[in-house]
Amino acid sequence: MNLLGMPANAWPAIPEIWLALSACVILMVDVYGGGKRRGLIATITMLALLLGVVLSSNFGMVLQHTVLFNGLYVADALGTFVKLAGFVAMATAIYYSQDYLEQRDMVGGEYYVLCLTGLLGVFVLISANSLLTVYLGIELLSLSLYALVAFDRDSGTAAEAAIKYFVLGAIGSGALLYGMSMLYGLTGTLDLDTLSAVVRHGPDGAVIIGIAFVVAAIAFKFGAVPFHMWVPDVYQGAPTSVTLFIATVSNLGSFALIARLLAHGLAGLPEYWTQMIMAVAVMSLALGNVVAIAQTNIKRLLAYSAIANAGFVLLGFATGQSAGYQAALNFTIAYVLTTLASFGLVLMLSRRGFEHDEIADFKGLSTRDPMLAALMLVLMFSTAGVPPFVGFWAKLWIIQALLGSGHIWAAVFAVVVSVVGAFYYLRVVWYMYFEAAGDRPPAAPRWRMRLILLINTLAVAALGLLPNALLDICQRLFP
Amino acid sequence: MHPGLLSVVIWLPILGGIATLSAGDTRAQLARWLALATSLLTLAACVPLYLQFANGTANFQFIERAEWIPALHSQYYLGVDGISLPLILLTVFMTVPVIIAGWSVVEKRPAQYYAAFLIMEGLMIGVFAALDSLLFYFFWEAMLIPMFVIIGIWGGPRRVYATLKFFLYTFLGSVLMLVALVYLYLKAGNYSIASMQQLPLTLIEQRWLFLAFLVAFAVKVPMWPVHTWLPDAHVEAPTGGSVILAAIMLKMGGYGLLRFSLPITPDASHELDWLMVSLSLIAIVYIAFVALVQQDMKKLVAYSSIAHMGFVTLGAFLVFFILSATGTTKGAVNGLDGAVVQMISHGLISGAMFLCIGVLYDRMHTREISAYGGVVNVMPKFAALMVLFALANSGLPGTSGFIGEFLVILASFRASFWFALLAGTILVLGAAYNLWLVKRVIFGPVANDKVAALQDLNAREFLVLGALALAVLLIGIWPAPLLNMMEVSVQHLLQQLVASKIPMSLQ
Repeated sequence: MNLLGMPANAWPAIPEIWLALSACVILMVDVYGGGKRRGLIATITMLALLLGVVLSSNFGMVLQHTVLFNGLYVADALGTFVKLAGFVAMATAIYYSQDYLEQRDMVGGEYYVLCLTGLLGVFVLISANSLLTVYLGIELLSLSLYALVAFDRDSGTAAEAAIKYFVLGAIGSGALLYGMSMLYGLTGTLDLDTLSAVVRHGPDGAVIIGIAFVVAAIAFKFGAVPFHMWVPDVYQGAPTSVTLFIATVSNLGSFALIARLLAHGLAGLPEYWTQMIMAVAVMSLALGNVVAIAQTNIKRLLAYSAIANAGFVLLGFATGQSAGYQAALNFTIAYVLTTLASFGLVLMLSRRGFEHDEIADFKGLSTRDPMLAALMLVLMFSTAGVPPFVGFWAKLWIIQALLGSGHIWAAVFAVVVSVVGAFYYLRVVWYMYFEAAGDRPPAAPRWRMRLILLINTLAVAALGLLPNALLDICQRLFP
Repeated sequence: MHPGLLSVVIWLPILGGIATLSAGDTRAQLARWLALATSLLTLAACVPLYLQFANGTANFQFIERAEWIPALHSQYYLGVDGISLPLILLTVFMTVPVIIAGWSVVEKRPAQYYAAFLIMEGLMIGVFAALDSLLFYFFWEAMLIPMFVIIGIWGGPRRVYATLKFFLYTFLGSVLMLVALVYLYLKAGNYSIASMQQLPLTLIEQRWLFLAFLVAFAVKVPMWPVHTWLPDAHVEAPTGGSVILAAIMLKMGGYGLLRFSLPITPDASHELDWLMVSLSLIAIVYIAFVALVQQDMKKLVAYSSIAHMGFVTLGAFLVFFILSATGTTKGAVNGLDGAVVQMISHGLISGAMFLCIGVLYDRMHTREISAYGGVVNVMPKFAALMVLFALANSGLPGTSGFIGEFLVILASFRASFWFALLAGTILVLGAAYNLWLVKRVIFGPVANDKVAALQDLNAREFLVLGALALAVLLIGIWPAPLLNMMEVSVQHLLQQLVASKIPMSLQ
């Protein structure tokens, strides 16, 4: 068990090591001329990610709670699952983005390197066992994202979005650090395993303030109200391929952040943070669903939908019980799966000089491209939470967790606002099916792109018909 | 017993629908034949279901039970009793005329049209056959998708407004039911409807659950005052969509009340029976007046549907009044019987009425009553059938419309004279709006050149309407097979109703 002189106890960290290694190699390939060959870097990146799946499931498959590197790093089944999901989601996102990036001459290898370092940030987050590692992960993810948002150097909106994201993100990180420093000051430990036991002895007021800052940072990362201001602008301003990254892979990171920091680190003190999370969740649901109605841009629409969906994930955590965490994980996976396909579809329909990101651009899609329209129909109904698609089970489980922990009114509120939310998903279907086609024809994506999109959407439907597999895994990961 | 027969009846149309969809709109003829073959095969699959159904037991039959979602303690659990089987037969029977009626009329995206109806058929049967409440909800909600598309694509000028209203209205109703179902699951430990029916519940819990169910089912029935989506949806929907909406989808509300509200929350049903009976009577009397003044034929039939569905809810909730008025449940069974018969009969009659209007609309492209007059002179065959259906719709003895209304009025006499009097007004008002409609559209001199140029029914239309006329008359003259089929199940339901579910310690 000694590969390249790696100490045996580092094996569980193989996903991170592999990612960091791949990022370096890709950077080198790009520098030494590989970037000139069309699609080479993208192919290498996807191969690296798929190899990552193979490596992690063969060597890095850790199912027991294993603490490494002097308590900074933890590997467990939850981490392994999220990392595998991260590899697959990233590979799919890059696959969907290829043509989009090429058409806009954003072919630099840095793009892929930044994607990989961002993903590495997610992995570090999910493996964090110390406040310091958490911070490291969140910064790695965020810095990669700031750069990615601004990747289209000639675009004014992208630059604006990046600046906004960076400034607000810095405030978020600051809040996180400040909260962490208070917790550290009270307890003298950075270790998430022991944190809550020690915090309990601290003075109440200080603990609450410290936790409030941490919760604010989490809400910022999720884009939850009242820290949601960056979401619509960044989603709309960033290149669509980057929006896809933020909506999917980065969402796994947000999940990892709250799972490690609150559900694990502060597990002993749910009475301190569940109410804060509940308030944030309820506000996000209300604002996200209502404001989305007024949107005319599909990226902005999906941004508000992301805010509302963050509300659902946070509701799961607000229960403070493992049933809620299971539901939140299930919701995140279902959301990532669906969002990958819906942003992928927007990516495929746009072509050089035409973004296809207005909702009105979907008009008449069912006559122009019946297959893509049918897939989008499935995705929209799934996101709205209508069976027989995966989104329904995701919401159902959250509601079940809420009722199980006695939050009946939160459950009723959540279902009622999702009826409001259904309206804007239906509007996309309405434009595609009930309206005549406009004069801006969308691109006709190639078959190999359609194939993956089809598989992705079929997964949404299959997990809707037979949801047990996913539910079962989620149940095992939060015993 | 045929194992898997119910699954066949559910999934055959859905798979047939997917096959039709993949035939594509360019191969319309293939799609039509595929759709017809699927609907006929499904009908054929129902024959053994009907023949082998044992009337003498209230137990569920043709049971299929398999693991579906162990993580949520939910099973793929199907079965029928004397209440659900007639509704399944109705669904299967009504889908065939819908497919045939669209044969040469639907030019726009024909494959998608037929596919939507077939998928709908399977999902609707699933609603009636599901014995696991999560499976029930699964079908119940999934059904909204094809209907949304049907109204939205093939509907009239205000179709987008109508279909969004339809979807959001019913979606809002059903999500609250979902909360209720999850609540019951957490108490019962699984999603089986039977275990929810046996679960003891306090009165407060029952009250809230009853209201949550009521929102879902009242919207679907629809009961006054949450009926406002129906006229819009009906008017804008294509003929086939109206037929399915009126004939089957409205019945789901009634079925839900009988399967969920009454047995799961009997004490709350008892407590709130005044509410249900008042709403039903308002629907019967007030909506009948509203129907009287309609200018649009479809709207008229839509309002008459609401009034007739009022009989279903009235019949279902009279039980408690009969119990307190007479001290026994004797005679209460008439009310429940009447409710079920009324659902079946209204399914046939309202479906037939919408098909008749469709026949006229296909020729004249208007549904305004004032555009017609003297149709009998040019379309005698059509006129005969339409008059028959209109009379059946007003409850003429000898047609199925009479049986259900008569049973419910009979039961309401036992509860209170005034209920019976108010319910009886439908016989007058129903006759008024139906006959007046017939007078203005069918009889009189030929109104204009367009009417004069009308062609009588072709063989296809005659076949469809003739089959429905036969069914309406058959049930009207010889209702015994239907009544026998449901008798024991209704008795069983009655027992569930009168037994309190409040835990002994609290009584």
